[in-house]
Amino acid sequence: MYAQLVETGLKKVRSLDEMSAEEIDFQARIDAGVKIEPKDWMPEAYRKTLVRQISQHAHSEIVGQLPEANWVTRAPTLERKAVLLAKIQDEAGHGMYLYSAAETLGVSRDQLLDDLHSGKAKYSSIFNYPTLSWADMGAIGWLVDGSAIINQIPLCRCSYGPYARAMVRVCKEESFHARQGYDIMMALCKGTPEQKQMAQDALNRWWWPSLMMFGPSDATSVNSAQSAQWRIKLFSNDELRQRMVDQTVPQAEYLGLRVPDPDLKWNTDTGRYDFGSINWDEFHNVLRGNGPCNRQRLQTRKQAYDDGAWFRDALQAHADKQEAAPQAA
Amino acid sequence: MSKEWPLWEVFIRSQHGLAHKHVGSLHAPDDEMAINNARDVYTRRNEGVGIWVVRAADIVSSSPGDKGALFEPANNKVYRHPTFFPMPQEVKNL
Repeated sequence: MYAQLVETGLKKVRSLDEMSAEEIDFQARIDAGVKIEPKDWMPEAYRKTLVRQISQHAHSEIVGQLPEANWVTRAPTLERKAVLLAKIQDEAGHGMYLYSAAETLGVSRDQLLDDLHSGKAKYSSIFNYPTLSWADMGAIGWLVDGSAIINQIPLCRCSYGPYARAMVRVCKEESFHARQGYDIMMALCKGTPEQKQMAQDALNRWWWPSLMMFGPSDATSVNSAQSAQWRIKLFSNDELRQRMVDQTVPQAEYLGLRVPDPDLKWNTDTGRYDFGSINWDEFHNVLRGNGPCNRQRLQTRKQAYDDGAWFRDALQAHADKQEAAPQAA
Repeated sequence: MSKEWPLWEVFIRSQHGLAHKHVGSLHAPDDEMAINNARDVYTRRNEGVGIWVVRAADIVSSSPGDKGALFEPANNKVYRHPTFFPMPQEVKNL
């Protein structure tokens, strides 16, 4: 998802007889649905895993602005442009909420940003695909933000208080993102045959990468099992992906668009859609840094940060001057 | 590069008459920028009519270990709650 393949650093799920008294107490609180707060005792592996998960999530929000920034100056109307800008500003806000949540675990903002800029930290694979037409703004809001909602709603109930509270705030704002995307798709699908073809082309390119966002099957993953025990992962990757397919296929039908999967069909026994197999080689390749836009995204992000250095320095100089100045009577 | 900006805790009054409520935190070099940043990060949808920002370093907090000493004494004082005193049904306005 926005955080994919999060390591716990553990080889097997911690069992009760391996736990210290503090750890047993900690697990009992989680099992009872009590939120863990920053000053509470927590196992080091829980803290580190959360830092990785929340910071990956934050980096994804920040880098996620870049594919959309590509279309701000070329939005078809002033209203679409204002809406897109507001959506992108929300993504920055989501990044800020999440960085703050990560900092409650004892890491600094500068360290988190350094890890993103040096390429050490990961962000979601989805943002390494190019945005080739205006229809991609529709497909991203509809499919990518739609998938993000499916992932993030359960996290509102996760065990770590600051993360859960950040997710509540994010989820409230995320439906706007999904709807503005679907609204773009509806306008294109009601337009000329060429416009409808643009929408179909965007769906063709974003469908599979959106399914990959949820990550490979984690039915046998120790990391996922441990994260589930800690209640920082509430459903399996496959379950969340299945929900995405089940809710999105009827939305595509309403638009009159074809989901690019010849194996997609309704399964009357399960009451869910069966779908074709995913190209995980592509997913791993993108994660390794070889997606269509990995280098460009990181470069653009670093340049934006470096170009803003003079402004941050000026703010700091002003603050230092104010502090040094004698208080006016 | 300049030093890391201090952390500020942000409190928003959502409507006139309600108390300020903690909504999150942010970094800013001074109080003026902290208010500006809080406006952008926490009130994009008209969530507030007032903002407080406070340097996180200036907040004094109880620690989870003190929970017993601080809060247990209240447990055996149930008579502080009005429901401790059952009232006869025919007695009104109490």
